Amino acid sequence: MSIVDVIRDGNEPQQGLKPRSEITARELLREVGSVLRMSEAEAAKLGDIPVDPTEDQTMIINMGPQHPSTHGVLRLMLELQGETVLRCKPIIGYLHTGMEKTGEQLTYMQGGTNVTRMDYLSPLNNELVFSLAVEQLLGIEGDIPERAVWMRMLLSELNRMSSHLLFLATNGMDIGAVSMMIYGWREREEVLRFFQKVTGLRMNHNFIRPGGVAADLPAGWRDDVLHLLEMIPPRLEEYDILMTGQPIWRDRLQGVGVITADEAQALGATGPILRSTGVPWDLRRDMPYLHYDQMEFDVVVGSYGDAFDRYAIRLNEVRESIRIVHQILDRMPSGDYRIQNKKVTPPPRARIDESMEALIHHFKIFTEGFKVPEGEVYAAVESPRGEIGCYIASDGSPTPYRMHVRAPSFVNIQCLPHMMRGGLVADAVAVISSVDPVLGEVDR
Amino acid sequence: MSEATTPEDATAPAERYGVPLSDSRGQQVLHPTRDGYIRLLRTLLDETFTMCADLTAVDYLLHMNRELPAGVVPERFEVVVNLLSLQRRERLRIRVQVPETDPTIASAFDLYPGSEAMEREVYDMFGITFTDHPDLTRILMPEDWEGHPLRKDDDPSRIPVQFSADFTKRGSR
Repeated sequence: MSIVDVIRDGNEPQQGLKPRSEITARELLREVGSVLRMSEAEAAKLGDIPVDPTEDQTMIINMGPQHPSTHGVLRLMLELQGETVLRCKPIIGYLHTGMEKTGEQLTYMQGGTNVTRMDYLSPLNNELVFSLAVEQLLGIEGDIPERAVWMRMLLSELNRMSSHLLFLATNGMDIGAVSMMIYGWREREEVLRFFQKVTGLRMNHNFIRPGGVAADLPAGWRDDVLHLLEMIPPRLEEYDILMTGQPIWRDRLQGVGVITADEAQALGATGPILRSTGVPWDLRRDMPYLHYDQMEFDVVVGSYGDAFDRYAIRLNEVRESIRIVHQILDRMPSGDYRIQNKKVTPPPRARIDESMEALIHHFKIFTEGFKVPEGEVYAAVESPRGEIGCYIASDGSPTPYRMHVRAPSFVNIQCLPHMMRGGLVADAVAVISSVDPVLGEVDR
Repeated sequence: MSEATTPEDATAPAERYGVPLSDSRGQQVLHPTRDGYIRLLRTLLDETFTMCADLTAVDYLLHMNRELPAGVVPERFEVVVNLLSLQRRERLRIRVQVPETDPTIASAFDLYPGSEAMEREVYDMFGITFTDHPDLTRILMPEDWEGHPLRKDDDPSRIPVQFSADFTKRGSR
């Protein structure tokens, strides 16, 4: 099909939402029934699907990809009857840059620069899951120095705080509490300032690498973290005054975008969406990685599965992260920050001048990369958005044969049609915001 | 619940739920046939594996001699499904061999509705068709795109762009 045909046919004939005249009632019921784990006959008995509205009563509108509240380039096709959303379909791919294909060309050492750009609001979690997968393939996951493990936990918890603070900002902005946007962004910037001091960059750090982390913590890091931990809790109290208790805020979010525990599991939703339905599922506690099994923290759950629960969970997860960071500060050991394995870690600069062997290792690691044994492995960690997973298949060469990232936003965004069905079009913005998708990760 | 058998206590290869089982870096992997795939998923759904965490595929065109348990014939494509049981706090991975000559497999949509978008992504990237999928269209690439980008023989430099790359020399550096 040439580009002229595409233009002549109207835009995107296949991926879009089909008009009601072109779909059968069976297709509609299958869509609903499979989410509710029901047969089509049982789904029909629910009676909550509008009985065949005629074509001129409904309207299909596009929301996005340039809509400011779609958090990037998400496009939603909504079928409306009056102000009620009957059907919805997210259309994605506008930010697709072939990162999984790129990942096959980069060595394991370079791979971090690629994965860190997927979920650009929690880059350290992306690097962490990639590093864990590579370390499992290498069989060195038990040999990572203690200081590196604790540094990874410190950074990923601070990253969870910065990501949730940004959620509070954008959620406030989407609902109309515009001053919240400035407050959330301000606090997040404080956390990013610490990241800049440690990693050199505000975002896309490539700091957590297979074998450990890139550098040791800078002098004075403890004071900086303590400053953050002192500054943020009173600000969270302010958010509570500004939003949590406000009748307008509650009216706008409570009962909006409801999803039940069974539906969330059927759709594969993880993170705050799953927890908002009352399922206490957090990989940090249920399938511990790093040293989370030694940490004391609570898994925050909701009870109604609505947008307000998801807001409250994220707000309180910032508090839990602060608790965890306090414990990490107490227990941060000294020692190496990366594994002393000549095949994986480049030698220190000073050694290159005096040791031929060090020079060879340095040259080999940076030109060829290190070889990883054959095999395939799936690693998963709890990112601020849910389970982020990394599946790597290796053929024994220095580049992954296949590198796949299970992106939580990609899966969570598939809950949107279900959450929006039967709601008002004005609530659509609140629902998108409460899912907190990062389109860089959805499209990869 | 059927217990996993290890090669030590039997001469037969390890099995679980009646399909070959292998261990990959401490993670359990099941290798059903294409025909037994949906039957296995149905069993696992009853066995509290209520969540399909991930569904993806691998094109093994350049790495056909990979390690597989006895009795599993390697094919070009492999569909990889990660299931999660919240109740048992357990993960299981399923690897299904899909031949190049007939790249089709049954859709898991009716059992795991969350797999819908992931199956679309696999179709988009690998050209594997999922039968009985409600809406099998491209999801990430434009609809008029030709080819399936994550296939190993797909040539990205086919598009007239300023830079070009020789992807056939993979692994030689």
